[in-house]
This record gives sequence, C-alpha cells and structure tokens, in this order.
Amino acid sequence: MPTGLFLDYVDPWINWDWLSRHVPVVTSALVQHVELTAVAVGIGLAIAIPLGVVAQRRRLLRSSILTIFDIFYTVPSIAVFVFLIPYTGLTAVTAEVALVGYAVLILARNVMVGLDAVPKDVLDAADGMGYRPFARLMQVELPLALPTIFAGIRIATVTTIGLVTVAALIGWGGLGQLILQGFIESFHTPLVVGMALSIALAFVADLGLASIQRLALPWSRGG
Amino acid sequence: MDTVLSVIHWLTNPAHWSGSDGIPTRFVEHIELSGESVLIGAAIALPIGIVLGHFGRFGALAMNVSNVGRAIPSIALLVLAFQIFGLGNVPIIIALTALAIPPMVTNSYVAMREVDPDIKEAARGMGFREPAQIWRVELPLAVPLVMAGIRTSAVQVVATATLAALIAGGGFGRYIIDGFGQQDYTKLVAGGVLVALLALATEAALSGLERVLVPRGIRLLRVPATKQVVFKTA
Repeated sequence: MPTGLFLDYVDPWINWDWLSRHVPVVTSALVQHVELTAVAVGIGLAIAIPLGVVAQRRRLLRSSILTIFDIFYTVPSIAVFVFLIPYTGLTAVTAEVALVGYAVLILARNVMVGLDAVPKDVLDAADGMGYRPFARLMQVELPLALPTIFAGIRIATVTTIGLVTVAALIGWGGLGQLILQGFIESFHTPLVVGMALSIALAFVADLGLASIQRLALPWSRGG
Repeated sequence: MDTVLSVIHWLTNPAHWSGSDGIPTRFVEHIELSGESVLIGAAIALPIGIVLGHFGRFGALAMNVSNVGRAIPSIALLVLAFQIFGLGNVPIIIALTALAIPPMVTNSYVAMREVDPDIKEAARGMGFREPAQIWRVELPLAVPLVMAGIRTSAVQVVATATLAALIAGGGFGRYIIDGFGQQDYTKLVAGGVLVALLALATEAALSGLERVLVPRGIRLLRVPATKQVVFKTA
C-alpha cells in the first residue's frame, strides 16, 4: 500500500476534502472527455455515412475496405497516438485523428451492414414507384438502415469514451488525466474519481443514445 | 519521411536487438505478460461461459459482464492494481486477466446457446451423458465463437500490456514510455510499430489456430458471416 508523507497515513479511496476543493479540475476533465468523444463520433459519422454508402454499392471495394478496416481496428490506440506525434505533436489533433479513425471504422461498417439488410422487395418497390437512386437512398434505404447505424453510434461512443482515457499519455485524456494523476502522485482519490466518472459516462451515454433511438426511430422498437 | 527513415534505422540497428532492453527481451516480456493473462483468464472464463451457456442459466449475468467490462478504462485497471498490489508482474497480470475475462465469458456463453437444440436433443437420445454431450457434441460446434472471444481478449490484452510499462512493467511499452521520458521520438514511434505488429500477429496467429481447431465438418457447414464489431478498450 503506497503511503503518504507519514508512514502511518493510510490513503482513503476517496478523500472528500480533496474532492470538494478540486471540483473545477474534475469538471473540466469531464467536459474535455465529453468534447473529445462528441467531436470524434460527430466527425466520424460525417465521414462514415458517405464512405459506407459508396463502399456498400461496389462489391470489389467493399471486401477490400472491410479487410483494411479489420487490420486498422486491430492496431492498438496507443500505437496510433504515437505514430501521429511526429506530425501533429502532443495536441488535441493527435488525439482526435486517432479517435475519429476508430469511430469511422465502426460506423462505416454498420452503415454497410445496415444497407445490406434492406430487403430486396423494398428496393424493387421503391424503383417501381419511380424513386431516383439518390432519393431512394435518402428516403428509403438510409431510414431502414438507421437502427443498425444507431447501434454503431452507441458502440463507437462507448469505445471512444474508453480510448480517450488512453490519450492521457499524450496529455489529452479527459478523465484519463485524473487517472494518470492518481498514479503519478500515488493518490487514490483522482484515480477512483476518474475511473468512476468514465464508467458512469459510458453508461449514461449508452442509455441516452438508446432513449434517443427509441424516440427518433419508432420503427426500430420491435428489434 | 525523416521519421520513417530514423525509425527504420532504429529498428534495424543491431544494438537494439540484444541486451536487457533489446527487442527480443522486450518481446518475450510482452508475450509472457499477455500470454499468462489470457491463459489464466481463459481458465476462469471459458468454464463459466460454457457451463452457463450449456444450461442456459444466468444469461443476463454472462451478457452484462462484458457490458461492464468494456466500460472500465484499461489504464485505470492497471493503475488500480498497482496501487493495491504494488510493483511487479503480479499486479499487471491481475489487471490484464480482469480485462481478458469478460469477452471470453460472453462469447462462450453465446456460442453454447447457439448450438441447435435439436442436436442437443439427438445427443441425449443417443445416450450421451451431460459432460460427454458438452465435450463431444456442443463444444466442437461452439469452437468458432469461443475462439472469436479468445481472439478479442488476446488482442486487447496485447494492446493493454503496452500500458503496463507505465507501472514499471516490461514489454514493448517500455520503448513508448521511455521514449516519452527521454523525449526520444524515434524510440517512441519504433515502440508503436512493434506494438502494432505484435497485435496484428496475435490476431493472425489466433485466426490460424481457429482454423485448425474447427472440426472439418463444421467448417464445411459454416457460412461466412459479416464479422461483428467488437468493443475496443485499448
């Protein structure tokens, strides 16, 4: 058990006194965590939807893209952060590029899987009704793929919340920064607070997205 | 381009291929930490997942363990283990094992649940006893999904073992953490390359093992499905 200045001092798991004096620090770590996650998933979606649509339509592109995705997804996030340092330094850009990348890998795959699952009959009916390709995509296919895309958003969000803590090593870790501080100072409170808040954030984000999905996509409730 | 060249130089420099900080030593450390954690994790997780899946009990528990597991930041798990158990390989292996267990429990549970009930019925009708039915009928059918769980765990553990260097562990993470400390960006990036290669090699090796372990008859039966996205925790 690491001890403080005095040998008989036992570090409690949460030092409420420290916590009450460091509310702004904890809040700003939480805010940074939410911002990094929201930006990553937001930009990720903006890239993944067109990418997924284009890739789903071309058989050749599709299988090679999925293989490349698998390979990139296997690469540990810490390695990606490190690869970017010579180019973008210890900045938020380094953190975001990596986080956006992983979000795209998850989201584009789900866009493709969601579009795949649209029944052939529905496509034929839409064609028969005179939908042009773009209108069919926007008004028929994407709405039907939305439940799967939403499932991807939830996975991407929870995954990003976890990966942000790793970005603490490059100084952009949100709550991970508290975890790292707890380690460096051998002090339980920031570690426990950072860990508890990031677990809570993952659950709250997942539940929140699930409720948004229920409200926004009533047709996906059955599944 | 300069970075790429200097990293190649670093990786091919014979001085970095020997001694206690050499690539072979760090490789062995990394494999030992990850391998022991995955093996201990499998020894705990697989029997639980397989038995629960066979009897179809405590499904919510088996499924939720990975929901909770994926939300715990791996870096916090390592630091926590360090603060409780101190320095050394034991706290690292405890943290990595804790990380390895959830995907293996969930996957082996699902694998056993997905065995066709008619096949179980037939096995019972043929007079298989419970353990023989699990071992000789259900498990061979469940191997692909069980192996997918082991692979997910192993890749995550290899990635997270890198962070073990933070709490004074060995492995390729040493180059990254020391690279930061010494502001040696070449060493830092070289460490990243080694970690990435090791994760990819782990994935490839376990895919190969899966191919060997899946019985031939089942291999012929299986339709390749679009791979499920897994949560990434490191």
